[in-house]
Amino acid sequence: MVVEVSQLRMSYDGFEAVRGVDLRVCAGEIFAFLGPNGAGKTTTVEILEGHRRRTGGEVRVLGADPQHADRRWRARVGVVLQTSRVEQELTVRECLDLYAGYYPAPRPVKDVIKLVGLQKKADVRGGLLSGGQQRRLDVALALIGDPELVFLDEPTTGFDPSARRAAWEMIAGLRELGKTIFLTTHYMDEAEALADRIAVLRAGQIVAQGTPSTLGGRDRAAYQITFRLPTGVAIEDLPLAPASSRRLDESGSVLIESERVTATMHALSGWAIERGLDLADLQVRRPALEDVYLELTEPPA
Amino acid sequence: MSDALLVGHQLRYDLLVTWRDPQSRFFTLALPVIFLVLLTSLFGNHTAHVNGHAIKNSTYYVPGICTLAIISAAFVNLVITITAQRDSGVLKRRRSTPVPAWVLIASRALTAAIIAIVLVVLIVAIGRVGYGVHLPGATIPALVLGVVIGAACFCCLSFALASFIRNEDSAQPVVQATMLPLYFISGVFIPKNQLSSTLKDIASVFPVSHLDNTLFKAFDPATKGAGIAAKDLLILAIWGIGGLLIALWRFSWSPRAA
Repeated sequence: MVVEVSQLRMSYDGFEAVRGVDLRVCAGEIFAFLGPNGAGKTTTVEILEGHRRRTGGEVRVLGADPQHADRRWRARVGVVLQTSRVEQELTVRECLDLYAGYYPAPRPVKDVIKLVGLQKKADVRGGLLSGGQQRRLDVALALIGDPELVFLDEPTTGFDPSARRAAWEMIAGLRELGKTIFLTTHYMDEAEALADRIAVLRAGQIVAQGTPSTLGGRDRAAYQITFRLPTGVAIEDLPLAPASSRRLDESGSVLIESERVTATMHALSGWAIERGLDLADLQVRRPALEDVYLELTEPPA
Repeated sequence: MSDALLVGHQLRYDLLVTWRDPQSRFFTLALPVIFLVLLTSLFGNHTAHVNGHAIKNSTYYVPGICTLAIISAAFVNLVITITAQRDSGVLKRRRSTPVPAWVLIASRALTAAIIAIVLVVLIVAIGRVGYGVHLPGATIPALVLGVVIGAACFCCLSFALASFIRNEDSAQPVVQATMLPLYFISGVFIPKNQLSSTLKDIASVFPVSHLDNTLFKAFDPATKGAGIAAKDLLILAIWGIGGLLIALWRFSWSPRAA
């Protein structure tokens, strides 16, 4: 177990930001920590990184209490902070050389530059890199010491879509190096693309834990079937059990919720073929991770 | 890498960054030299009366500008750099690595001291060549002592002051507002004999005037012997220790929450 947290609590001036969090992260997995702003994500991560003292609970990271982190422990942990500017006046290579000197057994600078895809920018000063390139340098600085565990706090916030794809590939590449990744994010697609397991935090408490496909009972939820209602057909004409859930929105799109998707699809397609109709824009899916997440993190009424 | 080597490693990059930063290059390295040339060109041939004897203004301004240079390097530039690095998360990121805090602080302080020493050497050389200001050989150790203790004192005060500054944007105005009036009343720009005794009394509370006294004594033709201003050095040391204690109590590596 790389990270073990039980009943973690943290209060500031009487306000409880973290209220009894339990977490376990296994070696070699990408663990995504989700939650809206102000849920206590950054506070929790800062406690795990050894940047903040907790009010209560037990925390073990790589077998030690981060509150009493020593140099040997710090050498095994890489940290990408949520907000940190890179050193403006040093080139990518110089900056990595500087940080390499802090570690007992750093990875070769050249390899790390390649790993984050900054080969063409190696001799460019930090201040002249784009936002996405600066973030890559941030990640490179966290990897230079060859850590076992890497904390990535919202690594792609502010990225354009192609920069985000590139960052995901890079993070997925870290898993292949055998690193354990603790990823904080508020992008569902990011968690879905990368994470082996997800925990959702709301108002200082874990409200759900699971894999991207099982989170919040997503694997047990009804399938959603959507298509455009063919012209000349009323929604009542569809070959469905009378009690089944069906809805028609203003754009002419039908949404059917079904627990028995195979049977429902068989009935629907047979009916359409018989009449020579086309079910345009047909889609069958589980509720999106985004829907599950929004439901989980909805403020209590 | 041993910790001593690690200080050297960090120092190399701290010096490189200072050299590359256009702001510190102008304000810290160029400005004291510009002040020296301006003040001595304008008033250099006038006479100042200090401690009851007359000396050439240029002789007066060389130690005065050395004071300014030490404070630029070890205080103004240091406060601005520390605040900027803290606010941008650079300090916090470095604290996430195995590098010990004292290595980072020692390297910063050494950077400031090296810049201060280089500037003092440059100013003394310009004073000698350009304005015939003579530094007596016997007082060189006193000058070195003054530069080292002065730089150490202002380094400690920098870490103390930075702990009170909210963000990067207020660093520049805060240090300038602290130092400009002190330069005027401590004899850096205006010879002390032209200041009222009230102003001199106020100035004598603060370290700037004592650093100026220390350096002036090394250049004063009337100085006999080694010219070590023990009382002024002691006051500088007290300010430095006070600054160090405040820094130890308050200094934070993380950006101050908005």
